[in-house]
Amino acid sequence: MSDSYESAANSNETVASFGQPRSFAHKVQHALHVTPSLVPLMVLMAAILGFAIVLGDKFLSPFAMTLILQQVQIVGIVALAQSLVILTAGIDLSVGAVMVLSSVVMGQFTFRYGLPPEVAIICGLICGALCGLISGVLVAIIKLPPFIVTLGMWQVVLATNFLYSKNETIRSQDIEANAAILQFFGSRIEIGGAIFTYGVIFMILLAFLLAYALRYTAWGRHVYAVGDDPEAAELSGVNVRRTLISVYVLSGLICAFAGWTLIGRIGSVSPTSGQLSNIESITAVVIGGISLFGGRGSILGTLFGALIVGVFTLGLRLAGADPQWTNLLIGMLIIAAVAVDQWIRKVSA
Amino acid sequence: MEPVLKARNLVKRYGRVTAIDNCDFDLYPGEILAVIGDNGAGKSSLIRAISGATIPDAGEVWLEGQKVAFHSPNAARSAGVETVYQQLAMSPALSITDNMFMGREIRRPGILGKWFRMLDRPAMQKFAREKLSELGLMTIQNINQAVETLSGGQRQGVAVARAAAFGSKVIILDEPTAALGVKESRKVLELILDVKSRGIPIILISHNMPHVFELADRIHIHRLGKRICVVDPSQISMSDAVALMTGAMKPDDIPA
Repeated sequence: MSDSYESAANSNETVASFGQPRSFAHKVQHALHVTPSLVPLMVLMAAILGFAIVLGDKFLSPFAMTLILQQVQIVGIVALAQSLVILTAGIDLSVGAVMVLSSVVMGQFTFRYGLPPEVAIICGLICGALCGLISGVLVAIIKLPPFIVTLGMWQVVLATNFLYSKNETIRSQDIEANAAILQFFGSRIEIGGAIFTYGVIFMILLAFLLAYALRYTAWGRHVYAVGDDPEAAELSGVNVRRTLISVYVLSGLICAFAGWTLIGRIGSVSPTSGQLSNIESITAVVIGGISLFGGRGSILGTLFGALIVGVFTLGLRLAGADPQWTNLLIGMLIIAAVAVDQWIRKVSA
Repeated sequence: MEPVLKARNLVKRYGRVTAIDNCDFDLYPGEILAVIGDNGAGKSSLIRAISGATIPDAGEVWLEGQKVAFHSPNAARSAGVETVYQQLAMSPALSITDNMFMGREIRRPGILGKWFRMLDRPAMQKFAREKLSELGLMTIQNINQAVETLSGGQRQGVAVARAAAFGSKVIILDEPTAALGVKESRKVLELILDVKSRGIPIILISHNMPHVFELADRIHIHRLGKRICVVDPSQISMSDAVALMTGAMKPDDIPA
């Protein structure tokens, strides 16, 4: 018994040595355990390579590559928010609704009440954070299951959105003429044929910022610990309530930023947009290798997960395939990703 | 001699169940005090009440003569009372270092720590490595490996090392050998004696009578939510101790 304990304890040390025969699968498992975003990164690379071989320059052009980024920016940002919640072993079904409500607040506060657009944007961001605060308090203090809380919040926020906006869309031309800052994230930088919108840049910066916070700050470690085992985290001195609430508030705030980005992307403020964001964000998170059971995975994986969906969507469209093929493939990827997650857990336990 | 940790008339009720029933408790400097009792006697509740994991409904606790009321494990911890819970309270997916410093992380000095709140990983790793090697746990070579890759004994070792590293006044160990094999139990027992030799008093909760009789200086026998007596392991047989904790024998019947 103790021999196998020893070898398990030394597993990190012996990776580079050749003396001990270790199965290939074990080494792969270990690498994945240490760097969980490797799988989605490899899938992403393989997908890009595959489409590049089949489609050639049509797909591999700077224009097409950056078009993928533009197409995934909204879901990407929302998925980053979703990742935080899922890392705590929760789930947030209300992300899309919070995003839309925040964008509506930004638009209506500007056009209905004549507030300066900057102030309206701040109000929109506060609105997103408040929605997160409500979910966070319900989950952390009242101790309701996150699925139920956010299922309810999804309906409540969406209904509020329609009631408040009276289902009116604010036209793109009006925004451009009177409150251009609302479309800030739609501004673009062109380098060669590559087009980077501010929204895309924001998504990438946010991903790295969150990756830093999760890895190099105490808060980040606490998020993982709470997702892993809340009881153990509490006993070892983590303020579980505060950590959970901070995660939901931050998630709401990020969704509000996604709402601002949404205005930049579609030009107008539309209360009916982004209806599928919650499911699409969960898809990106799962394909990105974050465990739905919490405590495992890396937020960069989510970015890769969102990009994988984007690559498949654009690649198959350029290949002239029926869009249903995209859905079919994404569905298979989700199942495969969860299977890999289970495998990593099984070997590591 | 003044007890390091003293409790009087502790009460904790869960609905109609009284888990702690006017319990007294004394721990003296430098000793290992074993707490034994039947399943459901309320040992764990007592420990949770002393360590701040639950708040007693009534009663008072003194630490080094000062009256204290811990409202969270963190409060007890910052007062120098460290607990190793039976379920170890570790996050399996995180590294040994992360676990040792959970809830009391060290940040980088200067701007990186203050504004970017960056953790001082090198300092934390150095400290963790020192503490583990002090207690002879260097079979663990990689301080950054996930706790879930450790054996049961190694996990217990890390948990004890964490307590020993930060527990300046009292260390509480709840069933430290319950889940371990013979060889690993032996190592953990040595570890406990090693910690005791540093002069830190230890509360040891255990079901394992040979371990209790081997380590303890005094034995607190717990029954039906209260202390029925405290015995000296050199003056009593194991079977009498078991008889006391199961109620087959009354404290008055102890052969002098």
